[in-house]
Amino acid sequence: MFGTALIVFREVLEAALIVGIVAAATRGIAGRSRFILGGLALGIVGSLVVAGGAEAISKLAQGMGQELFNASILGIAVVMLAWHNIWMSVHGRELAANAKKVGGDIRAGAKTLSVLLVVIAVAVLREGSETVLFLYGVALSGDSSARAMMAGGAAGLAGGVAVGWLLFAGLLRIPIRWFFAATSFLVLLLAAGMASQAARFLIQANVLPSLASPVWDTSELVANSSMAGKVLQGLMGYDATPAGMQIAFFVIVLVAIWIGMLWAGRRATPGASATPATTTT
Amino acid sequence: MESNIELERALMLRLAAATLVALSLGAFAANEPEFNVAIEGHKFAPDRIEVPAGKKVKLIVENKDATPEEFESAQLKVEKVIPGKSKATIFVGPLKAGEYKFVGEYNEKTAKGVVVAK
Repeated sequence: MFGTALIVFREVLEAALIVGIVAAATRGIAGRSRFILGGLALGIVGSLVVAGGAEAISKLAQGMGQELFNASILGIAVVMLAWHNIWMSVHGRELAANAKKVGGDIRAGAKTLSVLLVVIAVAVLREGSETVLFLYGVALSGDSSARAMMAGGAAGLAGGVAVGWLLFAGLLRIPIRWFFAATSFLVLLLAAGMASQAARFLIQANVLPSLASPVWDTSELVANSSMAGKVLQGLMGYDATPAGMQIAFFVIVLVAIWIGMLWAGRRATPGASATPATTTT
Repeated sequence: MESNIELERALMLRLAAATLVALSLGAFAANEPEFNVAIEGHKFAPDRIEVPAGKKVKLIVENKDATPEEFESAQLKVEKVIPGKSKATIFVGPLKAGEYKFVGEYNEKTAKGVVVAK
Protein backbone atom coordinates (compact mmCIF):
# COMPACT_ATOMS: atom_id res chain seq x y z
CA MET A 1 0.00 0.00 0.00
CA PHE A 2 2.83 2.36 0.88
CA GLY A 3 4.50 1.63 -2.44
CA THR A 4 1.32 2.55 -4.29
CA ALA A 5 0.97 5.76 -2.30
CA LEU A 6 4.53 6.71 -3.21
CA ILE A 7 4.11 6.04 -6.93
CA VAL A 8 0.88 8.03 -7.13
CA PHE A 9 2.42 10.81 -5.03
CA ARG A 10 5.35 11.08 -7.43
CA GLU A 11 3.08 11.23 -10.46
CA VAL A 12 0.76 13.81 -8.90
CA LEU A 13 3.57 15.96 -7.46
CA GLU A 14 4.69 17.54 -10.72
CA ALA A 15 1.17 18.58 -11.72
CA ALA A 16 0.48 19.81 -8.17
CA LEU A 17 3.54 22.09 -8.22
CA ILE A 18 2.48 23.55 -11.56
CA VAL A 19 -1.08 24.14 -10.37
CA GLY A 20 0.22 25.71 -7.14
CA ILE A 21 2.39 28.21 -9.02
CA VAL A 22 -0.28 29.04 -11.59
CA ALA A 23 -2.94 29.50 -8.91
CA ALA A 24 -0.66 31.93 -7.09
CA ALA A 25 0.36 33.74 -10.28
CA THR A 26 -3.26 34.65 -11.02
CA ARG A 27 -3.73 36.38 -7.67
CA GLY A 28 -6.02 39.38 -7.93
CA ILE A 29 -7.50 38.51 -11.32
CA ALA A 30 -11.28 38.40 -11.16
CA GLY A 31 -12.90 34.98 -11.52
CA ARG A 32 -9.70 32.97 -11.30
CA SER A 33 -11.01 30.13 -9.12
CA ARG A 34 -13.58 29.23 -11.76
CA PHE A 35 -10.80 28.93 -14.33
CA ILE A 36 -8.49 26.96 -12.05
CA LEU A 37 -11.24 24.49 -11.17
CA GLY A 38 -12.21 24.32 -14.83
CA GLY A 39 -8.61 23.47 -15.75
CA LEU A 40 -8.47 20.77 -13.10
CA ALA A 41 -11.77 19.26 -14.24
CA LEU A 42 -10.73 19.28 -17.90
CA GLY A 43 -7.39 17.74 -16.93
CA ILE A 44 -9.02 14.92 -14.98
CA VAL A 45 -11.45 14.12 -17.79
CA GLY A 46 -8.53 14.37 -20.22
CA SER A 47 -6.51 11.91 -18.10
CA LEU A 48 -9.22 9.30 -18.43
CA VAL A 49 -9.51 9.88 -22.18
CA VAL A 50 -5.74 9.73 -22.72
CA ALA A 51 -5.37 6.66 -20.52
CA GLY A 52 -8.19 4.99 -22.47
CA GLY A 53 -6.52 5.89 -25.75
CA ALA A 54 -2.99 5.07 -24.59
CA GLU A 55 -2.69 2.16 -26.95
CA ALA A 56 -3.88 4.16 -29.95
CA ILE A 57 -1.54 7.07 -29.09
CA SER A 58 1.42 4.69 -28.71
CA LYS A 59 0.90 3.34 -32.21
CA LEU A 60 0.95 6.76 -33.89
CA ALA A 61 4.04 8.02 -35.71
CA GLN A 62 5.69 4.60 -36.04
CA GLY A 63 5.40 3.89 -32.33
CA MET A 64 6.65 7.31 -31.32
CA GLY A 65 3.16 8.75 -30.73
CA GLN A 66 3.54 8.89 -26.99
CA GLU A 67 6.79 10.85 -27.12
CA LEU A 68 5.44 13.30 -29.69
CA PHE A 69 2.21 13.64 -27.71
CA ASN A 70 4.12 14.46 -24.52
CA ALA A 71 6.42 16.86 -26.33
CA SER A 72 3.45 18.65 -27.94
CA ILE A 73 1.63 18.92 -24.62
CA LEU A 74 4.73 20.39 -23.02
CA GLY A 75 5.22 22.70 -26.03
CA ILE A 76 1.67 24.03 -25.66
CA ALA A 77 2.24 24.67 -21.96
CA VAL A 78 5.52 26.50 -22.69
CA VAL A 79 3.78 28.82 -25.19
CA MET A 80 0.95 29.53 -22.75
CA LEU A 81 3.30 30.24 -19.85
CA ALA A 82 5.41 32.50 -22.07
CA TRP A 83 2.31 34.41 -23.09
CA HIS A 84 1.21 34.76 -19.47
CA ASN A 85 4.57 36.10 -18.33
CA ILE A 86 4.75 38.63 -21.14
CA TRP A 87 1.19 39.70 -20.33
CA MET A 88 2.18 40.00 -16.68
CA SER A 89 5.08 42.30 -17.48
CA VAL A 90 2.48 44.69 -18.88
CA HIS A 91 -0.28 44.23 -16.28
CA GLY A 92 1.55 43.02 -13.16
CA ARG A 93 1.93 46.48 -11.69
CA GLU A 94 -1.78 47.27 -12.09
CA LEU A 95 -2.61 43.98 -10.41
CA ALA A 96 -0.25 44.65 -7.53
CA ALA A 97 -1.76 48.13 -7.13
CA ASN A 98 -5.32 46.80 -7.20
CA ALA A 99 -4.70 43.52 -5.41
CA LYS A 100 -7.28 44.32 -2.76
CA LYS A 101 -9.87 45.35 -5.32
CA VAL A 102 -11.05 43.25 -8.20
CA GLY A 103 -8.53 42.94 -11.04
CA GLY A 104 -8.64 46.01 -13.27
CA ASP A 105 -9.09 44.92 -16.85
CA ILE A 106 -11.53 42.04 -16.65
CA ARG A 107 -11.52 41.25 -20.36
CA ALA A 108 -7.74 41.04 -20.52
CA GLY A 109 -7.77 39.11 -17.24
CA ALA A 110 -10.11 36.49 -18.67
CA LYS A 111 -7.67 35.96 -21.51
CA THR A 112 -4.68 35.15 -19.34
CA LEU A 113 -6.93 33.00 -17.17
CA SER A 114 -7.98 30.90 -20.16
CA VAL A 115 -4.34 30.56 -21.15
CA LEU A 116 -3.50 29.27 -17.68
CA LEU A 117 -6.57 27.03 -17.69
CA VAL A 118 -4.93 25.25 -20.60
CA VAL A 119 -1.63 24.96 -18.68
CA ILE A 120 -3.39 23.40 -15.68
CA ALA A 121 -5.44 21.08 -17.88
CA VAL A 122 -2.43 19.74 -19.80
CA ALA A 123 -0.30 19.38 -16.67
CA VAL A 124 -3.01 17.35 -14.94
CA LEU A 125 -3.74 15.39 -18.11
CA ARG A 126 -0.11 14.35 -18.62
CA GLU A 127 0.61 13.17 -15.09
CA GLY A 128 -2.97 12.08 -14.44
CA SER A 129 -3.14 9.71 -17.40
CA GLU A 130 -0.07 7.85 -16.08
CA THR A 131 -1.66 7.60 -12.66
CA VAL A 132 -4.89 6.28 -14.17
CA LEU A 133 -2.98 3.62 -16.15
CA PHE A 134 -1.09 2.56 -13.05
CA LEU A 135 -4.23 2.24 -10.94
CA TYR A 136 -5.98 0.47 -13.81
CA GLY A 137 -3.17 -2.08 -13.81
CA VAL A 138 -3.53 -2.52 -10.05
CA ALA A 139 -7.29 -3.01 -10.33
CA LEU A 140 -6.86 -5.42 -13.24
CA SER A 141 -4.32 -7.60 -11.46
CA GLY A 142 -7.18 -8.84 -9.23
CA ASP A 143 -4.66 -8.98 -6.43
CA SER A 144 -6.14 -9.58 -2.97
CA SER A 145 -4.31 -6.46 -1.89
CA ALA A 146 -5.88 -4.40 -4.68
CA ARG A 147 -8.20 -2.61 -2.28
CA ALA A 148 -5.35 -1.62 0.03
CA MET A 149 -3.42 -0.42 -3.00
CA MET A 150 -6.33 1.75 -4.11
CA ALA A 151 -6.39 3.27 -0.63
CA GLY A 152 -2.67 3.88 -1.04
CA GLY A 153 -3.38 5.59 -4.33
CA ALA A 154 -5.87 7.90 -2.65
CA ALA A 155 -3.32 8.71 0.06
CA GLY A 156 -0.68 9.47 -2.56
CA LEU A 157 -3.10 11.74 -4.41
CA ALA A 158 -3.96 13.58 -1.20
CA GLY A 159 -0.25 13.99 -0.42
CA GLY A 160 0.49 15.45 -3.85
CA VAL A 161 -2.42 17.87 -3.63
CA ALA A 162 -1.25 18.91 -0.13
CA VAL A 163 2.22 19.80 -1.45
CA GLY A 164 0.71 21.89 -4.26
CA TRP A 165 -1.50 23.64 -1.73
CA LEU A 166 1.46 24.33 0.59
CA LEU A 167 3.42 25.86 -2.29
CA PHE A 168 0.40 28.01 -3.18
CA ALA A 169 -0.16 29.14 0.42
CA GLY A 170 3.55 29.77 0.89
CA LEU A 171 3.76 31.93 -2.23
CA LEU A 172 0.79 34.01 -1.06
CA ARG A 173 2.81 35.07 1.99
CA ILE A 174 5.29 36.90 -0.21
CA PRO A 175 4.67 40.66 0.20
CA ILE A 176 2.65 42.07 -2.68
CA ARG A 177 5.50 44.35 -3.78
CA TRP A 178 7.66 41.37 -4.77
CA PHE A 179 4.85 38.92 -5.31
CA PHE A 180 4.43 39.12 -9.09
CA ALA A 181 8.18 39.33 -9.64
CA ALA A 182 8.48 36.08 -7.67
CA THR A 183 5.68 34.26 -9.48
CA SER A 184 6.91 35.49 -12.87
CA PHE A 185 10.34 34.11 -12.04
CA LEU A 186 8.84 30.74 -11.07
CA VAL A 187 6.71 30.66 -14.23
CA LEU A 188 9.81 31.48 -16.29
CA LEU A 189 11.73 28.55 -14.75
CA LEU A 190 8.68 26.32 -15.18
CA ALA A 191 8.44 27.14 -18.89
CA ALA A 192 12.16 26.65 -19.52
CA GLY A 193 12.08 23.37 -17.58
CA MET A 194 9.13 22.12 -19.60
CA ALA A 195 10.96 23.00 -22.81
CA SER A 196 13.91 20.93 -21.65
CA GLN A 197 11.59 17.99 -20.86
CA ALA A 198 10.01 18.34 -24.30
CA ALA A 199 13.52 18.11 -25.76
CA ARG A 200 14.09 14.90 -23.80
CA PHE A 201 10.97 13.34 -25.33
CA LEU A 202 12.02 14.44 -28.82
CA ILE A 203 15.44 12.86 -28.27
CA GLN A 204 13.74 9.69 -27.00
CA ALA A 205 11.63 9.66 -30.16
CA ASN A 206 14.80 10.04 -32.22
CA VAL A 207 13.50 13.28 -33.73
CA LEU A 208 16.31 15.38 -32.30
CA PRO A 209 19.96 14.48 -31.68
CA SER A 210 21.07 14.65 -28.05
CA LEU A 211 24.15 16.86 -28.75
CA ALA A 212 26.42 15.16 -26.23
CA SER A 213 24.83 13.33 -23.34
CA PRO A 214 25.25 13.71 -20.48
CA VAL A 215 26.87 17.14 -20.44
CA TRP A 216 27.30 16.78 -16.68
CA ASP A 217 26.27 14.32 -14.01
CA THR A 218 24.95 15.60 -10.68
CA SER A 219 23.14 12.39 -9.72
CA GLU A 220 25.53 11.94 -6.80
CA LEU A 221 24.37 15.31 -5.50
CA VAL A 222 20.63 15.19 -6.30
CA ALA A 223 19.40 12.06 -8.07
CA ASN A 224 16.30 12.38 -10.25
CA SER A 225 14.73 9.47 -8.38
CA SER A 226 15.05 11.28 -5.02
CA MET A 227 12.26 13.46 -3.63
CA ALA A 228 14.37 16.62 -3.99
CA GLY A 229 15.11 15.60 -7.58
CA LYS A 230 11.41 15.13 -8.30
CA VAL A 231 10.52 18.52 -6.85
CA LEU A 232 13.29 20.26 -8.80
CA GLN A 233 12.18 18.41 -11.92
CA GLY A 234 8.65 19.67 -11.43
CA LEU A 235 9.77 23.24 -10.78
CA MET A 236 12.45 23.66 -13.44
CA GLY A 237 12.86 20.42 -15.39
CA TYR A 238 15.88 19.35 -13.33
CA ASP A 239 17.80 16.50 -14.91
CA ALA A 240 20.89 15.12 -13.19
CA THR A 241 22.34 14.02 -16.53
CA PRO A 242 21.11 16.52 -19.11
CA ALA A 243 21.72 16.20 -22.84
CA GLY A 244 23.14 19.20 -24.69
CA MET A 245 19.86 19.60 -26.55
CA GLN A 246 17.93 19.87 -23.28
CA ILE A 247 20.24 22.61 -22.03
CA ALA A 248 19.89 24.43 -25.36
CA PHE A 249 16.06 24.29 -25.14
CA PHE A 250 16.14 25.48 -21.52
CA VAL A 251 18.41 28.44 -22.22
CA ILE A 252 16.74 29.50 -25.47
CA VAL A 253 13.24 29.48 -23.98
CA LEU A 254 14.42 31.23 -20.82
CA VAL A 255 16.14 34.00 -22.76
CA ALA A 256 13.36 34.34 -25.34
CA ILE A 257 10.63 34.78 -22.72
CA TRP A 258 12.79 37.16 -20.72
CA ILE A 259 13.45 39.33 -23.76
CA GLY A 260 9.73 39.24 -24.54
CA MET A 261 8.94 40.40 -21.00
CA LEU A 262 11.45 43.26 -21.11
CA TRP A 263 10.29 44.33 -24.56
CA ALA A 264 6.57 44.25 -23.72
CA GLY A 265 7.19 45.97 -20.39
CA ARG A 266 9.11 48.77 -22.07
CA ARG A 267 6.55 49.24 -24.84
CA ALA A 268 3.74 49.38 -22.34
CA THR A 269 5.28 51.99 -20.04
CA PRO A 270 5.12 55.12 -22.26
CA GLY A 271 1.64 54.26 -23.56
CA ALA A 272 0.29 53.53 -20.07
CA SER A 273 -1.82 56.66 -20.24
CA ALA A 274 -4.92 54.46 -20.52
CA THR A 275 -4.47 53.54 -16.88
CA PRO A 276 -4.50 56.32 -14.29
CA ALA A 277 -1.31 57.47 -12.62
CA THR A 278 -1.35 54.59 -10.14
CA THR A 279 1.56 53.08 -12.05
CA THR A 280 4.70 54.94 -11.09
CA THR A 281 7.96 54.23 -12.80
CA MET B 1 -4.85 49.08 -24.34
CA GLU B 2 -5.79 48.35 -27.98
CA SER B 3 -2.16 48.16 -29.06
CA ASN B 4 -1.40 45.87 -26.12
CA ILE B 5 -4.02 43.40 -27.20
CA GLU B 6 -2.69 43.40 -30.76
CA LEU B 7 0.81 42.98 -29.45
CA GLU B 8 -0.27 40.03 -27.33
CA ARG B 9 -1.97 38.42 -30.29
CA ALA B 10 1.07 38.83 -32.53
CA LEU B 11 3.33 37.38 -29.86
CA MET B 12 1.07 34.41 -29.29
CA LEU B 13 0.99 33.61 -33.01
CA ARG B 14 4.75 33.89 -33.30
CA LEU B 15 5.33 31.59 -30.33
CA ALA B 16 2.82 29.05 -31.63
CA ALA B 17 4.45 29.06 -35.06
CA ALA B 18 7.89 28.48 -33.55
CA THR B 19 6.61 25.48 -31.61
CA LEU B 20 4.99 23.97 -34.67
CA VAL B 21 8.19 24.30 -36.67
CA ALA B 22 10.15 22.66 -33.86
CA LEU B 23 7.70 19.76 -33.67
CA SER B 24 7.34 19.15 -37.39
CA LEU B 25 11.01 18.32 -37.89
CA GLY B 26 10.81 14.82 -39.26
CA ALA B 27 12.30 11.74 -37.62
CA PHE B 28 15.82 10.82 -38.70
CA ALA B 29 16.39 7.66 -40.71
CA ALA B 30 16.47 4.71 -38.33
CA ASN B 31 19.45 2.42 -38.71
CA GLU B 32 20.18 1.46 -35.13
CA PRO B 33 21.00 -2.00 -33.82
CA GLU B 34 17.96 -3.60 -32.18
CA PHE B 35 17.64 -5.41 -28.87
CA ASN B 36 14.58 -7.30 -27.70
CA VAL B 37 13.27 -7.32 -24.15
CA ALA B 38 10.07 -8.88 -22.85
CA ILE B 39 7.98 -8.05 -19.82
CA GLU B 40 6.29 -11.11 -18.38
CA GLY B 41 4.89 -11.58 -14.89
CA HIS B 42 6.08 -8.02 -14.10
CA LYS B 43 9.68 -9.00 -14.81
CA PHE B 44 12.09 -8.14 -17.60
CA ALA B 45 13.54 -10.96 -19.69
CA PRO B 46 16.43 -10.63 -20.16
CA ASP B 47 17.06 -8.28 -17.28
CA ARG B 48 20.59 -7.57 -18.48
CA ILE B 49 21.00 -6.14 -21.96
CA GLU B 50 24.44 -5.63 -23.45
CA VAL B 51 24.67 -2.88 -26.06
CA PRO B 52 27.55 -1.23 -27.88
CA ALA B 53 28.80 2.00 -26.28
CA GLY B 54 28.91 5.24 -28.26
CA LYS B 55 26.03 4.28 -30.53
CA LYS B 56 22.32 4.96 -30.56
CA VAL B 57 20.45 1.67 -30.10
CA LYS B 58 16.85 0.59 -30.31
CA LEU B 59 15.16 -1.42 -27.56
CA ILE B 60 12.06 -3.31 -28.62
CA VAL B 61 10.13 -3.93 -25.43
CA GLU B 62 7.24 -6.37 -25.60
CA ASN B 63 4.79 -6.27 -22.73
CA LYS B 64 3.27 -9.75 -22.57
CA ASP B 65 1.30 -8.93 -19.43
CA ALA B 66 -2.30 -7.73 -19.60
CA THR B 67 -1.48 -4.71 -17.43
CA PRO B 68 0.27 -1.55 -18.63
CA GLU B 69 3.85 -0.90 -17.55
CA GLU B 70 5.98 2.23 -17.55
CA PHE B 71 9.53 1.66 -18.71
CA GLU B 72 11.50 4.23 -16.78
CA SER B 73 15.13 5.10 -16.33
CA ALA B 74 16.54 8.43 -15.25
CA GLN B 75 20.00 7.18 -16.25
CA LEU B 76 18.88 6.19 -19.75
CA LYS B 77 16.58 9.26 -19.92
CA VAL B 78 13.59 7.15 -20.86
CA GLU B 79 10.00 7.33 -19.71
CA LYS B 80 7.48 5.37 -21.71
CA VAL B 81 4.18 3.71 -20.96
CA ILE B 82 3.73 0.34 -22.64
CA PRO B 83 0.09 -0.78 -22.70
CA GLY B 84 -0.70 -4.42 -21.92
CA LYS B 85 -0.11 -6.94 -24.71
CA SER B 86 1.83 -4.55 -26.91
CA LYS B 87 5.27 -3.68 -28.19
CA ALA B 88 7.14 -0.41 -27.84
CA THR B 89 10.26 0.96 -29.45
CA ILE B 90 12.63 2.92 -27.27
CA PHE B 91 15.71 4.75 -28.52
CA VAL B 92 18.59 5.05 -26.08
CA GLY B 93 22.06 6.49 -26.23
CA PRO B 94 24.64 6.98 -27.54
CA LEU B 95 25.83 5.72 -24.14
CA LYS B 96 29.24 5.89 -22.53
CA ALA B 97 30.54 2.52 -21.34
CA GLY B 98 28.87 1.64 -18.06
CA GLU B 99 25.75 0.26 -16.41
CA TYR B 100 22.35 1.90 -16.66
CA LYS B 101 19.50 0.72 -14.47
CA PHE B 102 15.89 0.71 -15.56
CA VAL B 103 12.63 -0.27 -13.87
CA GLY B 104 9.03 -0.93 -14.67
CA GLU B 105 7.65 1.89 -12.57
CA TYR B 106 4.27 0.30 -12.01
CA ASN B 107 5.87 -2.83 -10.54
CA GLU B 108 9.14 -1.52 -9.21
CA LYS B 109 9.73 -4.40 -6.78
CA THR B 110 9.98 -7.07 -9.45
CA ALA B 111 10.51 -5.28 -12.74
CA LYS B 112 14.19 -4.30 -12.72
CA GLY B 113 16.92 -4.50 -15.27
CA VAL B 114 20.17 -3.04 -16.44
CA VAL B 115 21.59 -1.94 -19.77
CA VAL B 116 25.32 -2.57 -20.02
CA ALA B 117 27.13 -0.44 -22.59
CA LYS B 118 30.50 -1.84 -23.69
